[in-house]
Amino acid sequence: MSAALIWPKLVKRERPSLTITILAPLLALVAATLLNLLLYLIMGKDPVAVFHAMILEPFISFPSFSEVLLKTGPLLLIAEGLAIGYRAKVFNIGAEGQFIIGAIFASALPVWYPMATGQWIWPTMLVAGAIGGAMWAGITAFWRVRLRANEILVSLMLSLVAAQVLNYLLLGPWKDPNGFNFPQSVMFQYDAMVPLIIPGTRVNASLLIALALALVAYVFMQKSFTGYKLEVGGLAPRAAGYAGFSEGRAIWLSLLIGGFAAGLAGAAEVAGPIGQLQRSISTGYGYAAIIVAYFGGLHPIGILFSSVVMAAIYIGGDNALVSADLPIAAVRVFQGSLLLAYLMATTFVRYQLVFLRPVSGVAP
Amino acid sequence: MIALQFILSGMLAAATPFLLAALGELVSERTGVLNLGVEGVMALGAAIAFIIVYHGGGHVLAFAGAGLAGLLLSLLFAFATLGLQANQVAAGLAIGILGQGLSALFGKTYESLTVKGLPKLAIPGLSDLPVFGGLFVQDSVVWLSLAATLAIWATFAFTKTGLLLRAVGENPKAAHSIGYPVNAIRVAAVAFGGLMSGFAGAYAATVYTPLWADGMIAGRGWIALALVVFGTWLTARIFLGACLFGAVSLAGLAAQAGGVELPSQLLASLPYLVTIIVLGVISSNRRLLKLNGVASLGEPFKP
Repeated sequence: MSAALIWPKLVKRERPSLTITILAPLLALVAATLLNLLLYLIMGKDPVAVFHAMILEPFISFPSFSEVLLKTGPLLLIAEGLAIGYRAKVFNIGAEGQFIIGAIFASALPVWYPMATGQWIWPTMLVAGAIGGAMWAGITAFWRVRLRANEILVSLMLSLVAAQVLNYLLLGPWKDPNGFNFPQSVMFQYDAMVPLIIPGTRVNASLLIALALALVAYVFMQKSFTGYKLEVGGLAPRAAGYAGFSEGRAIWLSLLIGGFAAGLAGAAEVAGPIGQLQRSISTGYGYAAIIVAYFGGLHPIGILFSSVVMAAIYIGGDNALVSADLPIAAVRVFQGSLLLAYLMATTFVRYQLVFLRPVSGVAP
Repeated sequence: MIALQFILSGMLAAATPFLLAALGELVSERTGVLNLGVEGVMALGAAIAFIIVYHGGGHVLAFAGAGLAGLLLSLLFAFATLGLQANQVAAGLAIGILGQGLSALFGKTYESLTVKGLPKLAIPGLSDLPVFGGLFVQDSVVWLSLAATLAIWATFAFTKTGLLLRAVGENPKAAHSIGYPVNAIRVAAVAFGGLMSGFAGAYAATVYTPLWADGMIAGRGWIALALVVFGTWLTARIFLGACLFGAVSLAGLAAQAGGVELPSQLLASLPYLVTIIVLGVISSNRRLLKLNGVASLGEPFKP
């Protein structure tokens, strides 16, 4: 009988388990899927229909899969940027705001010069967006380095401010005069659009840019000395200090990279599938990318996979809304539970459960 | 003068959601646990409370339901971070996203519906004072929140429980070695934080603005987190900070009513901008933070 009273105990492994490192995201995905299907069942939805629409459809139907690829771009970009900061223990959670400001900076060109033509326009917009995102993140860096303010709170507050800046522009100076009073800008001209790469879909060249930058992130994080310095700063700040690695520089670099990537993603969104500046330019990409970064193990290659998974959840959620009447908020519930399940699962990379027998217990 | 009267009479009610959530987070952070999920916990509490009041359950049941929901969601956070040693920042964000998602999911069919708030109770005599009279006409939850503030202040200042909570946050190793169950105390503190955040959400949705809209918490949970820093982990200062934010959120309305022409988006961002500025000012004073900060904040403890 005493067996029932034995509490499992977490004991540190001698070395981190590689098997669990690889299994953890899969286990978390399965656990989150099962829990959410159970929730849908309780809500009175048909779990089989939801499973088909949400999990299978994004991968078995080509139109659906092309939309997954389209959404993978921004998530991949933002998450690669954020992961660099998170490894250095710089918690930029304001990618949403950096994304919005990036979109605004990029839109300035077609809004102010709607008649401009030439293939230089969309690349200029992407660069402008990236610079805008980096500048917005730079405010957080300044606050953190110079004033020692917590970057989590400042970057989040700046996201809320950015959303209001967007509202202001769309209801005021940038509103399309012929837009029937909708809060949106003019539609951008042809040359302001990133070229499509797969005929018949909305997938554009920004996915290639995201993939190229993922490669750059891999080299930077895994192979370069600067990337190494950043990581040491996060793991052992004191050691980094003794080695002469500046904490301030690490914070600036982390935030500027994160803002640059998020701004670029925002620019690519308005110059891509949306084609104008409007309120719903981001469906929470900036927050979802935080999950993508962690779910990818903060590793450039892992993030490649996790961004596809997260994009599929978005598209699957849209599908389930149409075919199984599942509220779109279910996507956020799924995202939150996935991250939580993953964080719990990764505990077992470093720890194992041991069932200790009571010292003076009765032998079973 | 009218603007001042308007701000004075509405300030405490506007401050209450900030205050309740910040007090809960204060207790949690004092023991060394940083729960970034406040915004989501408040959102969940708000939805639960609104649904209960809408279906005629009354405010007492609504606050109980919201508090319980907040407590359970925070226990999930405690299980992940204290039981399984997950990263507190990431787990807090996950709880926040989960809470906001659940809130939107449950509240979906209630969008734009309204309920009846709570009546205001006046303190006889004081409420007739010129200018300041409005301060003494408040609903029962405001009065209870003030009592809770006082109780939490007294707990930290005078009781053994307060000392124990602080010891666990300041030096968990020492607290453990003299026989206190560090992680159990932390779990209890996190649960208390969740309960208070649930109440804060309930107040926002069923008393302060008794109308359901998805995302109605609108960053107030994050401001509550910032308030704990502003207040340098001291109850009285957190109370003052909450009043400041209550006043700021009304100042916009007062300015508009007074005929000041400002874009509404600027007024909406005012609390966020004030948060950013005050965070900068307070944080640049390192001595202040070092003196009152919590040494083990965010760090897991493994006996």
